[in-house]
Amino acid sequence: MANHDLPSLFDEFVDARKMGFLAAKEFKENGGKLAGCLCSYTPQELLDAGGIAAVGLCGTSNETIPDAETVLPKNLCPLIKGTYGFALTQKCPYTYFSDIIIGETTCDGKKKMYELLNDLKETYVMQLPQGQGRSYANDIWYEEVKLLKEKLEEKFGVTITEDDLRAAVKKRNELRRAVLEMYHLQENVPPAMYGTEMMLELQKGTFTFDLDKQIDNVKSLVERAKAAYEAGERPVPKSAKRILITGCPTGGVIQKIGMVVEHNGGVIVCLDDCSGERTRSKLIDEQADDIMRAISDTYLSINCSVMTTNEGRLENTKKMIEKYKVDGVIEVVLQACHTFNVESYKTREMVEELGVPYLKLETDYSTTDSGQIETRIAAFIEIL
Amino acid sequence: MYQVGIDIGSTAAKAAVMNDGNIIKTILMNTGFSSRQTADEIYHMLEEEGIHKENAVYVATGYGRVSVPYADRTVTEITCHGKGAWHLFGKNGTVIDIGGQDTKGIALKNGRVMKFVMNDKCSAGTGKFLEIMTNRLGLTQQELSEMAAKGNPITISSMCTVFAESEVISLIGKGTPREDISNGVVESVVNKVVSLITQVPGEQYFLTGGLCEDPYLVERLSKVLGASVESCPMARFAGAIGAAIMAVE
Repeated sequence: MANHDLPSLFDEFVDARKMGFLAAKEFKENGGKLAGCLCSYTPQELLDAGGIAAVGLCGTSNETIPDAETVLPKNLCPLIKGTYGFALTQKCPYTYFSDIIIGETTCDGKKKMYELLNDLKETYVMQLPQGQGRSYANDIWYEEVKLLKEKLEEKFGVTITEDDLRAAVKKRNELRRAVLEMYHLQENVPPAMYGTEMMLELQKGTFTFDLDKQIDNVKSLVERAKAAYEAGERPVPKSAKRILITGCPTGGVIQKIGMVVEHNGGVIVCLDDCSGERTRSKLIDEQADDIMRAISDTYLSINCSVMTTNEGRLENTKKMIEKYKVDGVIEVVLQACHTFNVESYKTREMVEELGVPYLKLETDYSTTDSGQIETRIAAFIEIL
Repeated sequence: MYQVGIDIGSTAAKAAVMNDGNIIKTILMNTGFSSRQTADEIYHMLEEEGIHKENAVYVATGYGRVSVPYADRTVTEITCHGKGAWHLFGKNGTVIDIGGQDTKGIALKNGRVMKFVMNDKCSAGTGKFLEIMTNRLGLTQQELSEMAAKGNPITISSMCTVFAESEVISLIGKGTPREDISNGVVESVVNKVVSLITQVPGEQYFLTGGLCEDPYLVERLSKVLGASVESCPMARFAGAIGAAIMAVE
């Protein structure tokens, strides 16, 4: 870790992805059950409890977008196009080997894409309420979670028991705690590792369907980083500007934005997207009387811009800025993501009120604007 | 010691040499195909005047900043235009830099860049838009502005450079006077620039970049912004001057 080398880290990540492909094939050949997930609203405990492995299918590369555009409009979010493109071209073994895909009615683009995706691969869509504020919102989601349970039991011929659910909640909480501990390493000044390292580790996790292994991987990364830090190793210079990344999912822009930040004198100390602390810090009550209710309530409390209103996100981001002693905020808006794009006005207002500089980057997964993006990021870090 | 700022833009390459806080030399040339070759040429031109690695610090900026092998440091053009404009104008306000492929707005306060905006991938409102239109109209930039000042207002509605060009072609085909088309072209750039710049509003504005000696453009920008827009012939070197200043900092 002392020799921090982002490109080689990325190669390792690509290798992990490939290894994951082979493992997926083997897993399926041995009768494993596999469900593709696309969002942090998916109550993964239900899958775990049914003995169904969950794998993340979010499109994070430009590779299949031209193919996707033969069906989907060009002016659509790259994550949506990428996800569909991988299913269409059968280039993603995870999508290919999934028995079912589980989606949610988050944004309009995804919701309507799922209708087309369903023609390529069975896609089950859970219906989210439009906001968390109404008195019946939690009941809606509770019913949806129950419907998903029925769907999974019928599709896979399994019975999901309460004990299974409680065990799953316990395990997922363990993963959440491990990831949180990894995030907390960045509270140090200077932080214990580069943020892209964390981002890659998290994304690697979405390619692993063995939950125990995933927990172990995160834990051992944390242990290594902690031990090194305690031994006096400082992989990140003290002069590095502390950046919080917020907005859309960042899985597809780790190189284009994350690495550029960290090559230009910055370090990502807080990842404030949907795989970040705002989602992971929500632990489910393992002792709740109604475990299904505890699951559904916790998932619905996730703050995403698809919800109206979404004040909770801003409050949380504000806390993160203080907690991680952030020098500057970069908001990533994927092209045509209306919800985050519109909401960014409020984010900017809130961030600038704190006296912290803010930069919004609207981009996609292609390299066409890499030069401009790099200039913007480098200039932003120069003014901090 | 000399401080040398080298600004390799997409269209023009600029260099400024400073000594004791004074600008003692400037160079302006086309960037051409190879930024690397242009950077080398600048080095040799300065070397002939006794400015070289032993007695100078070099800072490179602009999109070609990575192609200056002898640079001691690179700094983005945003910071450099800010520093350069502060040196030239010495007042708080917003810098408007209309470059060959990017247009930027840079809010300055006490010599520091507070905030900035930059156009997206699209070339509307940049020098590229003007370059294409002047070529199409068979005019130089100076002639375009002179004609525009005499023309009647017409609207070129396409924002996209490619579509705007075909709009201009059809205006030419219809026999619309060149003065009027020129007027529409300048207005298109002014409106696009203003809509970008108003995201970083200032009490006054400073125009840097290659259009600094275009009085009609300055006048129109000032009118639409409703504030004073200053410029000066040295403002085309603002990026290079800022880079030279960064050599000391």
